[in-house]
Amino acid sequence: MIEGIIALYIFMLAAFVGYEVISKVPVILHTPLMSGSNFVHGIVLIGAMVALGHAETWMEQLIGFIAVVLGAGNVVGGYVVTERMLEMFKESKREDKK
Amino acid sequence: MNTMLIVVQLAYFIAAVLFILGLKRMSSPRTARVGIMWAGGGMALAVLATFFQPGLGNYALMIFAIAVAGAAAWWWAKHVQMTDMPQMIAIYNGMGGGSAAAIAAVELVRDEPLELRLMSLAVLGALIGGIAFSGSAIAFAKLQGLMDKTIYFPNQQLINSAVFIGAVLLGIALVTSGAPGWIIFLFFALTLAFGVLMTLPIGGADMPVVISLYNALTGLAVGIEGYVLGNPAMMIAGIVVGAAGFLLTQLMAKAMNRSLAKVLFSQFGAKPKGKEEEIEGDLKPIEANDAASLMAYAEKVIVVPGYGMAVAQAQHKIWEFCELLQERGVDVKFAIHPVAGRMPGHMNVLLAEAGVPYDMIYDLDEINEEFPTADVALVIGANDVVNPIARTDPDSPIYGMPILDADKAENVIVIKRGKGAGFSGVENHLFYAENTRMLYGDGQKMGSALIAGAKAM
Repeated sequence: MIEGIIALYIFMLAAFVGYEVISKVPVILHTPLMSGSNFVHGIVLIGAMVALGHAETWMEQLIGFIAVVLGAGNVVGGYVVTERMLEMFKESKREDKK
Repeated sequence: MNTMLIVVQLAYFIAAVLFILGLKRMSSPRTARVGIMWAGGGMALAVLATFFQPGLGNYALMIFAIAVAGAAAWWWAKHVQMTDMPQMIAIYNGMGGGSAAAIAAVELVRDEPLELRLMSLAVLGALIGGIAFSGSAIAFAKLQGLMDKTIYFPNQQLINSAVFIGAVLLGIALVTSGAPGWIIFLFFALTLAFGVLMTLPIGGADMPVVISLYNALTGLAVGIEGYVLGNPAMMIAGIVVGAAGFLLTQLMAKAMNRSLAKVLFSQFGAKPKGKEEEIEGDLKPIEANDAASLMAYAEKVIVVPGYGMAVAQAQHKIWEFCELLQERGVDVKFAIHPVAGRMPGHMNVLLAEAGVPYDMIYDLDEINEEFPTADVALVIGANDVVNPIARTDPDSPIYGMPILDADKAENVIVIKRGKGAGFSGVENHLFYAENTRMLYGDGQKMGSALIAGAKAM
């Protein structure tokens, strides 16, 4: 288990990273980026797997199963949606504009 | 710590690094595609590593759940229309929130109770994740057209607050009482109910802000549950997304000139107050052929697409027409309002789908000074975002919203299906302006007509 104060440091630093990563993004990428970050919090899937992995009673198994189903939906759906959006960004064929 | 556990931890660490690098790359159009692949690699690694985490069971159930849900989500995400992407983000985001809440539920129903600190955090994560789950589901239903756009009832704020306070009190009761079953059940019922109630009165134009907010909430919930499970990868990824999500939410709200509080607690366009300014002039129609020749002989044309274009799926036709103009040496640019479409950047995605290179697409700040030098502004399916009343009439609900200065172009051509007002319900003075001509008809048909007109020349 992670010590409370270390966890606070992790949270604080991660929050700054998140803020920095987004602060310079052009409007054109807002939707794809929202979708991309939606995919990233799909990491909840591994927590769901651990929860189901430790489940003993049928009740725990049922809820854990739901957690994994939802988490897997988040991961796969989030990835495909983001991929499809970003797939369409291509550059102009003309060289004169940058 | 045995070797396998170290390997698993190392894999989680690498995954966290890949997520951050991936998100970083996703914030530039040039590297965005690589970014999602990196994040995807990190995810695959983390999931794979979890199978080797010592002390787990129920593998059959686990694999079954992942296979079925993954396949269904994959199929659905692949087959949905580009215009429907916003609601897909909403629903997949909701699933993440629901998953976080369910993880907390497993911890709560477990026989050996958690220590107080972990218990309170598990409950907090469940509260946030549960709201994100049911709220996103409602957002999805609204955008998908499954339910009425906005629902009001008397004393709405009061009831919502009561439900929320009830959920919080039950959460506290859970932590202090060692979680008897009926409190757990009631706690989740009220939490989910609050997510629904909170989203009911929020209207279409504010939806992107709300979805982004739920995205941030899910991130936060995932981060908190990560702490409960002692999993740093979840903590980092969750909080990074949470922080990024809150910033993105604010950026979106700002682009619409609405504060987050107003989005959540006021009723958009519920009652237009004050009397509207008298409109001078009348609507002057134009034929597609005339419009096409006007643009073909112009030096500079700025296209202003709006949600109407997306609904009509006219982006392909419009781009084909613009390519014809380009062949004739016309300087064509696309001007995108921050809230054109249903989400910031949504219109860019739709134009990209049609094949418009992203370096021809300009933001409001970049393009506004160019309108006075443009011969023609072609407004297609956009309304409120070009309404000059936002600059002049303090009584108007859209007053103060930054708009595209299409009215400053020498000529304005508006492609529009009918004579109705925009989403905000406000009449558009631009349509009555001296230099404006209305091209009535379905976006796609008018696009074809313009192409025919340009080819005939």
